[in-house]
Amino acid sequence: MAKKPLLPGDPEAGLEWLDAAGPHSDIVLSTRIRLARNLQGFKFGPRADAADRAEVLRLARSAAEQTGELKQAEALVIPQLAPAARQLLLERHLVSRELVGADGATPSSDAALLLGRGRPVSVMVNEEDHLRLQSLVGGFRLRDAWRAIERLDDEMGTRLPYAFHTEFGYLTSCPTNVGTGLRASVLMHLPGLVLTQEIGKVLQGISQVGLTFRGLYGEGSEVVGNFFQISNQTTLGKTEEDLIDHLQRIVQQVVQYETQARSVLLRDARTVIEDKVWRAYGLLRHARSTGFEEVMNLLSGVRLGVGLDLIRGVRVYTLNRIMIFAQAAHLELVDGAGQDADVARAAYVRQALGEEPVESA
Amino acid sequence: MATLCDRCAKNEASIHFTQIQNNEATTRHLCEGCAAALGLDPGTGTTAPLADFLAQMGKPMAAEQGALGTCPSCGLTLADFKRTGRLGCPRCWSVFEPSLKGLLRKLHGGTQHVGKVYLPPDPTEMDRTARVVSLRRSLQRAVDEEDFERAAGLRDQIRRLEVQP
Repeated sequence: MAKKPLLPGDPEAGLEWLDAAGPHSDIVLSTRIRLARNLQGFKFGPRADAADRAEVLRLARSAAEQTGELKQAEALVIPQLAPAARQLLLERHLVSRELVGADGATPSSDAALLLGRGRPVSVMVNEEDHLRLQSLVGGFRLRDAWRAIERLDDEMGTRLPYAFHTEFGYLTSCPTNVGTGLRASVLMHLPGLVLTQEIGKVLQGISQVGLTFRGLYGEGSEVVGNFFQISNQTTLGKTEEDLIDHLQRIVQQVVQYETQARSVLLRDARTVIEDKVWRAYGLLRHARSTGFEEVMNLLSGVRLGVGLDLIRGVRVYTLNRIMIFAQAAHLELVDGAGQDADVARAAYVRQALGEEPVESA
Repeated sequence: MATLCDRCAKNEASIHFTQIQNNEATTRHLCEGCAAALGLDPGTGTTAPLADFLAQMGKPMAAEQGALGTCPSCGLTLADFKRTGRLGCPRCWSVFEPSLKGLLRKLHGGTQHVGKVYLPPDPTEMDRTARVVSLRRSLQRAVDEEDFERAAGLRDQIRRLEVQP
């Protein structure tokens, strides 16, 4: 299989979380925290001119090089990357659509990603805010994600003139992010709640306690494959630790509800569920042409089967990996262009699942 | 990267509305006109306070425009802010402070930051004191949670700040 390097540096960069090592990794895929930071004396992203942006990137790179977390970081300047490489970063959830100029828009000059080597942290530069420090770890690990990003923030802050206001805290371009600048989010897989039709109540509850949910690809994205991203809504008036603890408690509860829903399904509808998860597995294992959304929905079935121990032998890691590598830019990375994407996708999924012999419980 | 309204496909969508029906969540992107035509009250959505507030800001703002003027650093006017929902630079926060406070109360339930306090590269005595106060809060929490490794790290940071002249 010919691999062409799309990104400089580590081809597996930003994929550490796939290892599914964190707690509850069959329900919580990943945990992410980002901090919005801006520099004094420069216009915010949308109004910054080219000279501002160039200087912000220069300052950010030079500060990052002196930190423990990012000293060996790769600086990926978005306009210099091939469109497929930009898409790759987007598919790995390392950049926002705004940063890479998705949907045909041209990325802003000096928009960049500072990507830690073997570290779970990275920094988007020249997005809506000058800096978006982010950490991404596998499973349900808010504390670990916070420690990593707090350390990086401290180190960057001693070298950069952050815009900070005694009343409003860290100043941001959008008033919804001001204060802590913190957005913590947890990516959850909730098929049990969807199948038992309890999900509506749970999501409603979430929005009543100051949290918000969205689909897999952030703001405005659809819910695909029973994946929900749950995050804090407000950023001002609470400490970072309080915001994180609140999310921790609520996600913990949702994990419990999901687990209960799954036991109800097993108790009351075992045959139906078994049939559903094995059909999903069968389609993924043998189909010859599949769209991405179909793969995501089938993967949800298999993931449920693995979580309920109905399907044995498939690792959660493999399912996570398929989720990322069955996307368009990643398929090109593996197979090269030319092939029909749906055919290439089906072939990739067959091969990935074929490497792990399964047995039923 | 403007998203066009799902319904009229003419105007820019400013209202993003997620609906849960039969346990399926769907998101619609609508312009204000179409949202109103569909009877979707922006006051109940999750992103509503900002849109709501910005919409209400229109009239009084035009009158205040002369008094508040524009941001001397980046040239942003309140009308620009109303249109985009984004401020232009750190200075805007001081220039438009009176208007922003109302918005922050709606969005966050208050205006006072109580989290981490930034310590600039060349801190003044006041910066250091404020930082120590926030570190002590974190320290207390770490001790309560019996996270002694973190507590030790925080204690070191506090000590370093207190020793410096």
